[in-house]
Amino acid sequence: MRNLKANLLELVRRTSAELPDDVVNVIARSARQEQEGSNAQYAMNIIVNNIDLAKLKSQPLCQDTGSILFFVKAPRAFDQLAFEKAAREAVAEATAKGYLRQNSVDSITGKNTGNNLGPGSPSIHSHQQRGSRVDVRLILKGGGCENVGAQYSLPDVRVNANRDVDGVRRVILDAVIQTQGKGCGPGILGVCIGGDRATSYLHSKEQLLRTMDDVNPDPTLAALEKDIVVSANKLGIGPMGFGGATTLLGCKIGALNRLPASYFVSISYMCWAYRRQGFVLNDGGKIVEWLY
Amino acid sequence: MIQLVEPYTEDKIRALKMGDMVHLSGMVYTGRDAVHKFLHEGGKPPVDLTNQIIYHCGPVVIKEKGKWVVKAAGPTTSAREEPYQGHIIEKFSIRAVIGKGGMGPKTLEACKKVGCIYLHAIGGAAQVLAECVTGVLGVYLEEFGSPEAIWAFRVRDFPAVVTMDSHGNSLHAAVLEQSREQLKQLV
Ligand code: SF4
Repeated sequence: MRNLKANLLELVRRTSAELPDDVVNVIARSARQEQEGSNAQYAMNIIVNNIDLAKLKSQPLCQDTGSILFFVKAPRAFDQLAFEKAAREAVAEATAKGYLRQNSVDSITGKNTGNNLGPGSPSIHSHQQRGSRVDVRLILKGGGCENVGAQYSLPDVRVNANRDVDGVRRVILDAVIQTQGKGCGPGILGVCIGGDRATSYLHSKEQLLRTMDDVNPDPTLAALEKDIVVSANKLGIGPMGFGGATTLLGCKIGALNRLPASYFVSISYMCWAYRRQGFVLNDGGKIVEWLY
Repeated sequence: MIQLVEPYTEDKIRALKMGDMVHLSGMVYTGRDAVHKFLHEGGKPPVDLTNQIIYHCGPVVIKEKGKWVVKAAGPTTSAREEPYQGHIIEKFSIRAVIGKGGMGPKTLEACKKVGCIYLHAIGGAAQVLAECVTGVLGVYLEEFGSPEAIWAFRVRDFPAVVTMDSHGNSLHAAVLEQSREQLKQLV
């Protein structure tokens, strides 16, 4: 596919420097909701300024440019190995250009590879789809917020959580309490109910590909998503944990089937620097649409 | 908005209260895990840290035409330095620690004893905070790697919130307690 590397480089640049409109709108709205003169409003105003400044300067929004997560949907004939090669080259070049920080460390030796390449980096998740279009999405997820992700195994006696929707609600709100002050709130939760430990976490991250304003097609989950945001915002934790009205900007929940013996709830926390972008390529390899 | 301007005297610091929003102008010295471990183990600081401010930050600094340019300078999580911070505050009469996420009881105790505060910067605001750095006056202990070194930054109007003051008050502890109470009403 022609120009794939150049297109991916631009995708990385945009993702690192510019938040998608749906996220910017929600942040702006919650900045207005904080009390005049409060610590919370002070924090939100700086966040809003930072978003504008990063875009203007075409520089990373946050110095932690995070884990590099690609999600690809492509027709059967699509060459995944060629994609992987182009993605790796684009990531190395983006690092050299400063769109990404040198952020990938060998877990045994502690040595930074210097170009963000190494086992597991970048991570690429591919699926086939019918038709001829190729959808490429990218999330950059920082370490501070990744560190506060959590996986619960229900029942959980500590928080009185049984294997039902109320139990799910209890562990999600517990996670919000635990993450306060960490992970640069206000945040967005991606949640998966069910699955095994690995698929559950992955599916929780996939929830972060949804837009802030979409509505879950499952009415039970749609109601739970709404309830979590309203309830979390009553906790008063606020931006940066300073106290205030906005603790969560959104919550997106998916479900996978589980084994009768297991009941996992996996929570991926995303900081306000919610960097996701994507594009659609036609069969000539041209970008025909930006997805967010 | 309260202006906190160098020199950082004990009086100025003690006058600040939990929840105060400040604009800081003067010198700050970055230090994260490696520097804290080094100082805690008795290492001699290559710059005089007495009455100074430590910033938990691993900045991105590059050299352009022979001059240091700060590309990103947001705070990193402070909790990792909790085992060392109190001791370092006492040893050097540190006047403020800047970071994110707050710190624990040992640090709060040292703040009270010495006359030091914890200033919470806005996590992730790398570009806004980089703009506040008006000068790079030096780099020390570079052998720890660039983000882990001590960078001497001159800052102007650096925005932060006093979340731990020198009178034993911690906004982090207060918000935690209040949110736990709220949760009881919700489940
Ligand atoms: S949690 Fe997010 S905003 Fe905060 S430092 Fe990490 S990547 Fe940046």
